Amino acid sequence: MQEMMTAKAKELLQNGTVNRVLGWQAGEFVYDITPAVFETAEELDAGFVYNDFCGNNLSKYLIKESRKEGKVLAFLKPCDTYSFNQLLKEHRILRENVYVVGIPCDGKTDGETLKAKGLEGILGCVREGDTLKVDTLYGEKILPLGEALTERCKVCRGKKHMVYDELLGEEGELQGSARFDMVEKLEAMTPDERFAFWRGELSRCIRCNACRNVCPACSCEKCVFDNDASGIANKAAADSFEENMFHIIRAFHVAGRCTDCGECSRVCPQNIPLHLLNRKFIKDINELYGDFQAGEDTESRAPLTNYQMDDVEPGIVYKRGGKG
Amino acid sequence: MQRIGVFVCWCGSNIAGTVDVKAVAEALGHEPGVVFSTNYQYMCSEAGQNIIKDAIRDYQLTGVVICSCSPRMHEATFRKTAAAAGLNPYMVEIANIREQCSWIHKDMPTGTEKAIILGRAAIAKVHLNAPLVAGTSPVAKRALVIGGGIAGIQTALDIADAGFDVDIVEKQPTIGGKMTQLDKTFPTLDCAACILTPKMVDCAQHEKINIYAYSEVTEVKGFVGNFTVTIKKKARYVDTTKCTGCGLCTEKCPMKKVPNEFNLGMDNRRAIYIPFAQAVPKVATIDPDYCNMLKNGKCGVCAKVCTAGAIDYKQQDELIEEKYGAIVVATGYNPIKLDNFDEFGYSQSKDVITSLEFERLTNAAGPTSGQLLRPSDGEHPHTIVFVQCVGSRDTSGCGKPYCSKICCMYTAKHAMLTREKYPDTDVYVFYIDVRTPGKNFDEFYRRAVEEYGVHYVKGMVGKVAPQADGKLMVQASDLISNEQLHIQADLVVLAAAIEPDKSARPLATMLTASMDTNDFFTEAHPKLRPVESPTAGIFLSGACQGPKDIPETVSQAGAAAAKVIGLLAKDQLTCNPCVAHSDELMCNGCSSCEKVCPYGAITYADKEFRMPDRTVAIRRVAMVNEAVCQGCGACTVACPSGAMDLKGFSNSQIMAEVDAICK
Repeated sequence: MQEMMTAKAKELLQNGTVNRVLGWQAGEFVYDITPAVFETAEELDAGFVYNDFCGNNLSKYLIKESRKEGKVLAFLKPCDTYSFNQLLKEHRILRENVYVVGIPCDGKTDGETLKAKGLEGILGCVREGDTLKVDTLYGEKILPLGEALTERCKVCRGKKHMVYDELLGEEGELQGSARFDMVEKLEAMTPDERFAFWRGELSRCIRCNACRNVCPACSCEKCVFDNDASGIANKAAADSFEENMFHIIRAFHVAGRCTDCGECSRVCPQNIPLHLLNRKFIKDINELYGDFQAGEDTESRAPLTNYQMDDVEPGIVYKRGGKG
Repeated sequence: MQRIGVFVCWCGSNIAGTVDVKAVAEALGHEPGVVFSTNYQYMCSEAGQNIIKDAIRDYQLTGVVICSCSPRMHEATFRKTAAAAGLNPYMVEIANIREQCSWIHKDMPTGTEKAIILGRAAIAKVHLNAPLVAGTSPVAKRALVIGGGIAGIQTALDIADAGFDVDIVEKQPTIGGKMTQLDKTFPTLDCAACILTPKMVDCAQHEKINIYAYSEVTEVKGFVGNFTVTIKKKARYVDTTKCTGCGLCTEKCPMKKVPNEFNLGMDNRRAIYIPFAQAVPKVATIDPDYCNMLKNGKCGVCAKVCTAGAIDYKQQDELIEEKYGAIVVATGYNPIKLDNFDEFGYSQSKDVITSLEFERLTNAAGPTSGQLLRPSDGEHPHTIVFVQCVGSRDTSGCGKPYCSKICCMYTAKHAMLTREKYPDTDVYVFYIDVRTPGKNFDEFYRRAVEEYGVHYVKGMVGKVAPQADGKLMVQASDLISNEQLHIQADLVVLAAAIEPDKSARPLATMLTASMDTNDFFTEAHPKLRPVESPTAGIFLSGACQGPKDIPETVSQAGAAAAKVIGLLAKDQLTCNPCVAHSDELMCNGCSSCEKVCPYGAITYADKEFRMPDRTVAIRRVAMVNEAVCQGCGACTVACPSGAMDLKGFSNSQIMAEVDAICK
């Protein structure tokens, strides 16, 4: 795939369709993949990679990139296209300055997932049927894909692209997903149990802001957490209130706009399952207003900024037995 | 730093009874920024207002906090007071220590503590208040009346007579409403048609009145003085400009078995019909649910017989957009469905009927040409039982908790007229209470009892059972003689409760007008503003606001018209300066605010911004049209970045109030 993509990128640079390419390059470790912009064929040959570690969602980078001179080539995996569409809908990306090449994806792994399986000194990996063969300093390890893939890829919603100018490989299909299973478990807890669960998770927060910085929905010109006038700016996670409220405020701010790309949890250095907060909102929206997927298209009205006569009445929370 | 004056009102004993007003004034006097604090018996009185004016001058106040009743009551009063003393009226804040404090607390220490906290919150807000200046907006000199019953007709006529244009939107093919179906009207027994149809004709002929019959309101945008309304004119499949109302088509149409809604389904009409002889506008309408031509393209008889060439099977619904300064709701009522009252046997016997059906059976234009005949066999009934409060004053949940108000009087009318015309008939009326306040109402009821010999029985009917011999076995209790009654009746008439028309709730949503739990529109003040909705520019006429008889409806219709005329007579309205404002430096241009704005007040523009690195960036930013914004605040909560804020109710002001309360 990497060769096909490099060839496509060179062709589009060559014929003048684009003047740069947004893609991935290796970081310090093989699993530390970093987004990068390539301007020439030589740069592509030297640094461009696409492998099982390239989980990064590149859509957010297009807010800035699409405002620069000339057209940029963006390689988007199926799940990245939702974020791209959502940002288009919010007028954040200039569509005419982006050439989208849809690329297939059959699930990604990442350093944290492999390390959690006891692997150390990871040097690379290759697919072999239903397994992932990982090359390490201490020899080869073989993991079944079910164990090697990240959580978000295990509950993948489908391999279909919502938007592209050109597609490499075959277009996939949407598929069912068990992504709300953990949310249901949390809902089934008593309020005390649930509070204990979230305190346990959120108390690890070091307030590094990585989740906010990577989140495609968190792309305000000036974030409230950076705005001195907002009254909540630049507070460290000094006490449990700050730890809790930062993430809950963030979840509220992206409610109805979050595409469930899962980047927040991927980048969290403390492995807090932040995506569960967002998924709770998505599940509630689906249940109250009918199924809605942010970024599925660029025209539909999001349920939380739309009113319809048959919208549920506020009392629905009680009718549902007061859960949530 | 503001220089704030605090004025604590006793409201007689309303506040002072449960709040130590002196202690409140004393405590608030120590708050930062407060330079003057006092209390007085009636702050809203002239003497009280003078205390405020004097303090503003003597202490050079820049902000005023009044601890008193709800701002809905006297905010405008105190703003005027401040303005008279040279202070910007928007530097006044009200702490509601009456409705939200003294009236809901019983003991003095709790009430006093809470009053101090509420005062402190208002002081915290005033610290962040800024002077605001109100603009003006023009008034569209045209009124819309929704509903063409007697309420809508009277309102429209009164507004039109004052010289303003009025449009009536009526969902039925003709105006006239429920009153057209009535026979006689209490207490004077005039024929309903004789007094109503001339008014209908007046409407049709009035040069200032335009009737959209067979039409519905589908969308309402804008605000007081500037509503934009979309009206859907449903396809009649008849060109109303050509139809002469001759009625030939309604005689020749081969589809004869269409239940006639005007006679409540007790006889049939054709698929093309004119509801009744005095209909306004008197034009035919094709019922698309029954017309063979529209359903399967086979027939076309009406088009063949129409000499005016008015039939148009291809007619489409038409959308009309019009601007109005005021909207009057006159959507009326309907009798409730009786599904929950199976004990009365309405669904089991044709001879158990509602009072409205009884009206049709005694009306000369009704299915029996005015002869009172049993629906089952066409025989003259000799024993008639009237049951009152069927679904009214019902706390079981099957019916309505309120009194439907008109049933006592129309039942007395039915009973009296039956005895007058058919003296051989035994008439029973079962009641919980007989309620007949109103001019000449009680005299009317007593005549039914004393002169016409109607048997009034205090007690409810428990069961109506149809029998094999065609009679109805009525089991009832007589509470005064304390016995069970078993009456073999020929006809049972149920005084079904009335409820607001089903179209009222979606309409209220479109108008953002509030309703009570029974779907009656709420008035701005139950005593002092009974014909206005709390939503500015929306007025209430007739039974949509609560059960009413005809005299009361007509009075209220005229009152609503007077309020509309008062509004339309103005050329300019003062706008609310508490409107939204967007901080361009923070705006993402995401359109969230534009999507939630119910007034279309937000637009976008690409603007150039100098960036910190000395480059120039073009960004899409929101702009608020202050003349259109109504300050609802929907945009401020939809804005993800916090760029949208509301003047006079800014996020920082509200947070300051919350902080002051939680301190």
